[in-house]
Amino acid sequence: MLKNSARQLTYLEAIREAMQQKMRADNDVYLIGEDIAEYGGAFGVTVGMLEEFGRERIRNTPISEEAIIGVAAGSAITGMRPIAEIMFSDFITIAMDQIANQAAKISYMFGGKARVPMVIRTAGGGGTGAAAQHSQSLEAVVTHIPGLKVVMPSCPYDAKGLLISSINDNNPVIFIEHKLLYKNKKYIDDVPEEMYEIPLGKGDIKQEGRDITIVATSYMVQKSLEAAEKLSLEKGIKCEVIDIRTLRPLDIDIILNSIKKTGKLLCVEEAPIFGGFMGEVAAQVSEKGFDWLDAPIKRVAGRNCPVPYSRVLEQEMIPGVARIEKGILDLLG
Amino acid sequence: MGKNVDKKNQYTNISGYKIENKFKDLNENIKIEMLRKMYQIRHFENEAEQFIIRGMIHGTCHLYTGEEATAVGAIYAIGGGDYITSTHRGHGHCIAKGADLNAMMAELLGKKTGYSKGKGGSMHIADVKSGNLGANGVVGGSIGIATGAALTCKMKKNGKIVVCFFGDGAANQGIFHSSINIASIWDLPVIYLCENNVYGMSTSIKDAFNIEKISDRKCAYGIEGLTIDGNDLIEVFNTVSYFAGRCRAGKGPVLVESLTYRWSGHSKSDAQVYRTREEIKEWKERDPIKRYREVLIDGKILTEKDDKDLEKEVISKIQEASEFAKESPFPDPSEVEDDVYA
Repeated sequence: MLKNSARQLTYLEAIREAMQQKMRADNDVYLIGEDIAEYGGAFGVTVGMLEEFGRERIRNTPISEEAIIGVAAGSAITGMRPIAEIMFSDFITIAMDQIANQAAKISYMFGGKARVPMVIRTAGGGGTGAAAQHSQSLEAVVTHIPGLKVVMPSCPYDAKGLLISSINDNNPVIFIEHKLLYKNKKYIDDVPEEMYEIPLGKGDIKQEGRDITIVATSYMVQKSLEAAEKLSLEKGIKCEVIDIRTLRPLDIDIILNSIKKTGKLLCVEEAPIFGGFMGEVAAQVSEKGFDWLDAPIKRVAGRNCPVPYSRVLEQEMIPGVARIEKGILDLLG
Repeated sequence: MGKNVDKKNQYTNISGYKIENKFKDLNENIKIEMLRKMYQIRHFENEAEQFIIRGMIHGTCHLYTGEEATAVGAIYAIGGGDYITSTHRGHGHCIAKGADLNAMMAELLGKKTGYSKGKGGSMHIADVKSGNLGANGVVGGSIGIATGAALTCKMKKNGKIVVCFFGDGAANQGIFHSSINIASIWDLPVIYLCENNVYGMSTSIKDAFNIEKISDRKCAYGIEGLTIDGNDLIEVFNTVSYFAGRCRAGKGPVLVESLTYRWSGHSKSDAQVYRTREEIKEWKERDPIKRYREVLIDGKILTEKDDKDLEKEVISKIQEASEFAKESPFPDPSEVEDDVYA
């Protein structure tokens, strides 16, 4: 990393910078989505981009999620590299035919004769009091569909590098950002000014440890790190925290290598536990790494209900530091 | 209409649009080529039907028989470099856009030599290099894709346009509304060509619409639109030529409703209890191939004998494609996960 190029950026700024730099470098990259022009997107990610790139490349649309994804896919097949913004990840369901039946399957259905280089950026996760239709973590839904890649960055440095890789990728990539990370100064990072790629399908050890492996996604990586730090200070427990970063393709080796050392695996995610992405992680680890485990795999995840409104209920539904801590201690017996 | 307008420079069509008769000035070879394409579609579908009867089609197949004038007329009215998107009833569009018959037939039989290496089948044939962005198994599924391709044309300023084929059934999907609206506000160069073949599977247009013409929906989007006789190749050709020029001039999309009829059932498993033999017979009398052939013979572009020779030649090509498909190997099971990602 160049010394003078490191600055501290928020997650939102890192995402914006990735898009700006790719758009400056490649005329085929453009944005399409709702309220992304003057308004700058519902969360302010695209603020200032209209002024720099103009209306031709910052394509503000009517409220038509299905058409946004269909248009993005059609333009991708014919040579563009669209970045489609779906304001809340809950709304990908409105565009699901275009995501699941069209974009994801075009390469395969046509025997590799077409490709769909597009990114769907969307804001996921709860904790904002936005309740059931604006707080979901739907990554398992898209991760299940062959043909899609699914990325969930947990910090500004990763967000920039992963988004650049996603834009450069020749497949549809679902890039799920977390609302609670966007502007949070607690999670700012040194982010190099130059463009850099973080390869899709590579997890990252955010903290090394010998006692237990924690694998987490998105905001839950930050919460896991907090729990790990607390237990390190209070009880001297050394957690290894893995940020899987890309859910599909999945870097199962980074998890297997870690459990060889720790023998214990705690999976942490925000989505409802039933049918969640971590079920896949647990299944693969038990198939490929059973001999290294000396305790059953444990999951800490969302409760099996929609995300509720009331703060008290929302905090009960979504895992926090206390539940992760308890999960760690339960596993360590 | 056909021969009645063949010699005029301009005529007023059933929707009151003054359409220039560009067909009149076409080179005779191209006029004959269009007949050849219609025969290719007709006989390709006949062969596909034989495959169905003999149980050689593993999945299903939706035949385009009876609708040939729409695909051929529209695709010959645009350039080779222009794009099309197609439907589950897509063989006709594919052939008209110049697809390789051998690879198409092989795909129907699930062979490795097929367009999609046996992974797609009848409903998933694309040939992006020739501008065919693909058939689509989801009714209305390609309307967004066509709109996106038109956005590429506009952003890259490449002078290309898109013809988006879809059926009457697709006109009631949400993506029809949201895509055409976007194309309208952005003036995208796309011709939305609704092939109204009277039934969406078994459901009659009478039970699915409460408007007289599907093209009346143009008003909702502030675009041009009209209804034409989709079994009249010349009318389809002239209409699409006219609007292709408009699209290329940056005047935005259009909604063309092409009235036609599918002779076969919806798919291979259709007892056709929803329509009468009389109705089918009536439409068969409006056979688009017969009508166009008569125009060419009356215009002395073709003799009866030339026509018979042409059809024979086509049948023999289809037989070759059929043999090619039958003799081709199946894909190796080890290829099953190939091409999931580009």
